[in-house]
Amino acid sequence: MGEFKVHRVRFFEYMPTAIRAMSFNAHTERLALARVDGSVEVFNFADRYFQEKVIPGKDAHSIEALCWVGGRLFSAGLHGEITEYDLENLRPKYSLEAYGGPIWTIISNPQGTHVIGCEDGTVKLFEVLAEGVQFERNLDRQKGRIISLSWHPSGTRIAAGMMDMIRVFDVLTGHAIQRLLVDRSVGGCKSRETVVWTVVFLSDHTIFSSDSAGKVQVWDGHTGTLVKTHQLTKWDVLALSVSKDESSVVAGTSEGTVVQFQFIAPNLQQQEKEWVRTRTFKNHTHDVRALVEIGTAIVSGGMDTQLVVRPLLEKFEEKCFASGLRRIHFPHRNLVSCAQKARLLLLQFPGQLELWRLGESDGHGKPGDILPLKTKPEKLLYLKRKGKDHICCSALSSCGGWLAYSTVSSVRLYRLQTDNNISITKVPKLPKVLRSAHQLCFSSESSYLFAASSQSSVLFGCSCLGENDCEVHVYNLQKLELHCMVPMYSSCPSAMGIHPTTNNLTMVHADQQIFEFSIAEKQYTVWSRKLQMQGLHNLWLNRDTPVTHVTFNPKNPDQILLHDMYMFCIIDQSLPLPDQKTQFYNQMTLRSLSEQERPSHLHAFKVCKSFQDLMCMRLLDDQSLVVVERPLMAINSQLPAPVRQKKFAT
Amino acid sequence: MATLYEGFTLCGLLQTQNVSDSAIQGIELDGDSDHVVVTDTTRSVTLYKVSDQKPLGNWTVKQGQSLTCPAVYNNQTKEYVVVSDKRVIRVWRNEDLNLDKAFKATVSADVWRVHSALEGEPVVLFNRGAVRLLDALLSAPQQTIENVLSEEEIIRWSTNFVVEKQHFVLFTTEQKKMHFLYVQRLNPNTLHKYRLEREDSGAPPLSVSASLWDKRINLLYMYPNGCVYQSAVAVWGQAAALEDEEAPALPRTLLLRLPVGEGELGAASAVALDEAHVAVVGVPHPSAGTGKDFLCVWNTNFQTLQAGKEMAGRIYGQVWCYSGKLLVPHGKALSVIPYDCQKSSLASALGKLWKCGKEEPRSSVAVPSWNSLLYEEQPQGPARAVETRRSKLSRKSQSVLALTVDQVLELIKTGPVEEVQREVEALVSRGDAQDLQTSVGQLACQLVGRSQAESAFYTPGALAQLVHTQYLCHSVCPDLLLLALEHKDYFLCQLCLQLFPDIPEVVTCACLRAFISVLDGDVEMVSLEPDSVSFMEGLVAAGARGGQQNGFSPALYDEDSCDAHHQPRLHQDKTPAVQLEACPVGLHKAVLLNEVLQTPYSDSLLLPHLKDLNSQQVILFLQYLQFLYLKYSQDAYTQMPGLRSPTMTQIIDWVCLVLDAHFMVLVMAPDAKGLLKNLHFFVKSQVRLFSELGKIEDSFKELHRMKPSKDIGQYSIEVIELF
Repeated sequence: MGEFKVHRVRFFEYMPTAIRAMSFNAHTERLALARVDGSVEVFNFADRYFQEKVIPGKDAHSIEALCWVGGRLFSAGLHGEITEYDLENLRPKYSLEAYGGPIWTIISNPQGTHVIGCEDGTVKLFEVLAEGVQFERNLDRQKGRIISLSWHPSGTRIAAGMMDMIRVFDVLTGHAIQRLLVDRSVGGCKSRETVVWTVVFLSDHTIFSSDSAGKVQVWDGHTGTLVKTHQLTKWDVLALSVSKDESSVVAGTSEGTVVQFQFIAPNLQQQEKEWVRTRTFKNHTHDVRALVEIGTAIVSGGMDTQLVVRPLLEKFEEKCFASGLRRIHFPHRNLVSCAQKARLLLLQFPGQLELWRLGESDGHGKPGDILPLKTKPEKLLYLKRKGKDHICCSALSSCGGWLAYSTVSSVRLYRLQTDNNISITKVPKLPKVLRSAHQLCFSSESSYLFAASSQSSVLFGCSCLGENDCEVHVYNLQKLELHCMVPMYSSCPSAMGIHPTTNNLTMVHADQQIFEFSIAEKQYTVWSRKLQMQGLHNLWLNRDTPVTHVTFNPKNPDQILLHDMYMFCIIDQSLPLPDQKTQFYNQMTLRSLSEQERPSHLHAFKVCKSFQDLMCMRLLDDQSLVVVERPLMAINSQLPAPVRQKKFAT
Repeated sequence: MATLYEGFTLCGLLQTQNVSDSAIQGIELDGDSDHVVVTDTTRSVTLYKVSDQKPLGNWTVKQGQSLTCPAVYNNQTKEYVVVSDKRVIRVWRNEDLNLDKAFKATVSADVWRVHSALEGEPVVLFNRGAVRLLDALLSAPQQTIENVLSEEEIIRWSTNFVVEKQHFVLFTTEQKKMHFLYVQRLNPNTLHKYRLEREDSGAPPLSVSASLWDKRINLLYMYPNGCVYQSAVAVWGQAAALEDEEAPALPRTLLLRLPVGEGELGAASAVALDEAHVAVVGVPHPSAGTGKDFLCVWNTNFQTLQAGKEMAGRIYGQVWCYSGKLLVPHGKALSVIPYDCQKSSLASALGKLWKCGKEEPRSSVAVPSWNSLLYEEQPQGPARAVETRRSKLSRKSQSVLALTVDQVLELIKTGPVEEVQREVEALVSRGDAQDLQTSVGQLACQLVGRSQAESAFYTPGALAQLVHTQYLCHSVCPDLLLLALEHKDYFLCQLCLQLFPDIPEVVTCACLRAFISVLDGDVEMVSLEPDSVSFMEGLVAAGARGGQQNGFSPALYDEDSCDAHHQPRLHQDKTPAVQLEACPVGLHKAVLLNEVLQTPYSDSLLLPHLKDLNSQQVILFLQYLQFLYLKYSQDAYTQMPGLRSPTMTQIIDWVCLVLDAHFMVLVMAPDAKGLLKNLHFFVKSQVRLFSELGKIEDSFKELHRMKPSKDIGQYSIEVIELF
């Protein structure tokens, strides 16, 4: 295969923001997740936790709670508005002022009624209509803010967590019928109010509450008496979630632990069940702010920005993809664009774009060497976005002469001059229809800019592909019409690309399957059929991050380059495919073999794991590679300090 | 260790009118290391090839003229330079036969010396302190020469150095019984003046010599009372001493306090051979009477005499040292004595310490007094004076009751045992360290000498006390240990083994043989050093207690340490192994053997002497070593920290050595069979242990290699290879 010079870039200071809220739609198996910067992400739990949709955030628009009503997603936040999202166009559909001050929580009942808890002590009921939401009425106004709410499954009662107490409302009358007083913290300051962060109302009228004093309390909702107190921590217990069958409740603490309570008989002889604290999981370093029990797993997220899917192993009969612990760190899309000819990198942040020129080295070295730098990488440009909306996508033409980015409200195109004196000029008068784009792409000779606007789409080369619910369409750009449709596949394509010379479309799906589709012949290629026939290697299929980019080597049409977070891979189509018995990760073995022995051990998948936490991998025109790494250690080191914990011997 | 080799005579000396004066004015190196230029006190200059002991050339000035400064060789122009009649500079080449026809120049002031360094042109030092480069002077011989020194100030000694292409001329002067050192730097010219501290007696230094180490000039000067001082001269100091200002005192370190015998030294000289060795002539040998005709080499780090040589005839207090050879005029000849100063590893370690300590004051202005910095516990100068005064006072007050060293030495020759014992003890217990150092050796030698001569005379207490001072070592008094063995004075033997660092292997072996063959009954009564006895008691008791810590059983240990297929055999062997719990030798005998184990030795030298043991001794010794090993393998080793005890390594080394020396004997001896078998296991377990340790070490290394602490910055360009 040969040697590559690799530009190992670590100056992309991408910093994901903390996870604030989550809501799981068991019907569609979609998890909606809100981050502190106001962005909303939708993960498809049926399709290997693939991040299907990202709705960019907005300044001063933080989200406190998310909730699904059917297939519709609503959020509410401290800005005091209820927002519904347009999941097709990936933008907020509308926002409705609730007139109750900041909103701490939003929940819905199966009948499709919204209820929100406001700073001013009101619990407001909204009706969800087809075209929007409509205010219905207030429950009795209370003194003090409403922090958390929970519907009784019957829809007649609502439990509300407040400061130092929990109220139970009768929805019909709107009156508060129970008042449950929550103790202030035992060891700490008595004068500090206890915040009831979450309440969960079970169908047997048991109420769970978690509070800022570190307690999870179990109450009898009929009598309003305290059944049991579990002191989990000295710090806050911020999140609670109940399983669908109400046999298990999980609580997330500020120490980063998730504690499970189960409704079981405490010993074998006993018939009577009670809530028993059973397991503790520690997958986070910081506060667990959001937590969902999805039956087979506990999904948690918090200040340390990662989404953790912790499977409950007793729910699995055999080892499968869902039975492994998953951590999702990086978005499943590209934040880096690369100008292959001009050797420029465009780094996308929510608030700005950075344009870097790569360094140079004229040295030669043997594999493993670090070459001396002739010129250092240089930050050419820092482009702050206009307006309040965060950047959702950006693109750089391969010649480095054009730059484009889009927010949910506008698309901007710039002419770049990077040779001697750097200049940037905005191209005025873009067509009005182009209000927003989900994907931007320049054609290879930089003469066209493709923007996918009304659907989630990816655009490429001389043809244009759109995807919508896993469908892939091929358009002919000369004729501006639909050329063909790629046969439907159940999993969403996570990356695709059209080969510049053979015009084959290569698609990699979230379930790690690879297809190659000949656009000219409108059918899968021979190689693709062979690959499907033989099946991909298990080690390939069991990787847990999706491939986020596919590209090709213009000098060698047999080579396909792709990468995920933990590796990059060069597929050489001229080599035999590995079968299940072949050693898949064979680079180390090949290195130790002699020249003569090597050819018999070669196979098509050349995987390099030397670079970790990859955000981008590209092949420059001079055949050198660019890898952009964002080490998780660096992200962790920029997180705020976690709550102090007692460790042994400290 | 320094060695003086057999010397040879280079040339005879002319007899001068005054017997005490040397016939040689100076010796200078002629270019290479094998040629010297000898200038005699009258009229002639001779060039010698040293290795051939042969004169190569001779030049003489006319009758009536005299040479007033030693001839020097100008290495750059290959010419000789000499001064006759104080003002006439003569320059000639090797091929010139007649000195009168050579180049001559008369200068306007009296010349003190012409000096030549290897890598620089000669400099001329005038009587009144002015310094000129020879070339500059010869280009205008009649130039006026300024007077640096006053009329009464007389130059006593001078030398020059080239340090980093800078000429330095050092000279000492005397004025009104005060002594000064001048450091003259040329181009740019600066002059530093230091006062040499007065010695108690007020006497002038007998000899001064200077040497250059590490770009630093070390001045060595010796006083008639035997004190040798060293001063480092900062050549790069900035502050020039002003005329009217009091010259700063040159800080000095007392290097040696040599024994002077009777009276003061008359003609003596000291020259530094290297950082740690000083050659001294005209000073008595500490263990050989009062004659002063000795050439001695002293180690200044350890204050030990390293080599000595008696020189026949008078010593004139002159010594030169050129490239591994000492040139000493004595009697009627000039002798060349090659020498060799090997650095012992300890000395080099100390020397290193000593050197890096000296680097510190370099930056400070002029010459700082680092005596106070470095040797605060033994201050020089005023504090030292106070101390000596005090000790003198105390000596004075005691002198009524006690005898001096010399008196005691005299007493030892004839006095009765009790009195000698008493006086030596009194002397040792009151003596101050500085005096003791030299006298202890003399006392011990004297005592041992008498004991050897008269078998009835033996003073164990006095000898033990002398050994206890720790100023004694085997080389100073080689017969002491053997004498103690002869007298079965095991306590003294133990002391010597503990405190002497330099016991030869043959003596160690003699001790070992004596200790092994001694009857237990004889030795149990002897009182030995309590720490070592209590260690041994603890070791024996550990086995006698039976129970081990943490439920550990020795039988199990042995099983663990053997291969699986040896296990059945091991069970049979258990009985002898358990029997070995009992110490094969008596307690005190074991203590003595432990001392032997702990003496330093070198394998190759010890091995031949080990063969002197007979097979019974060998077997007993091996049994004892095996006993120690088994004890150590158990917990006993860690139970007694702080006690002097042989280490595991020492035990194993001795086992190996004894086996090496007597392997055939042991194989043939039927009663050694069980022992050898056990030792075989013992070796095997060690091999296994070490191979396991080796594996662990390799694994750690591998781990280390696997995770190179490569610091990847924000950006790098790397080369990778894909196959």
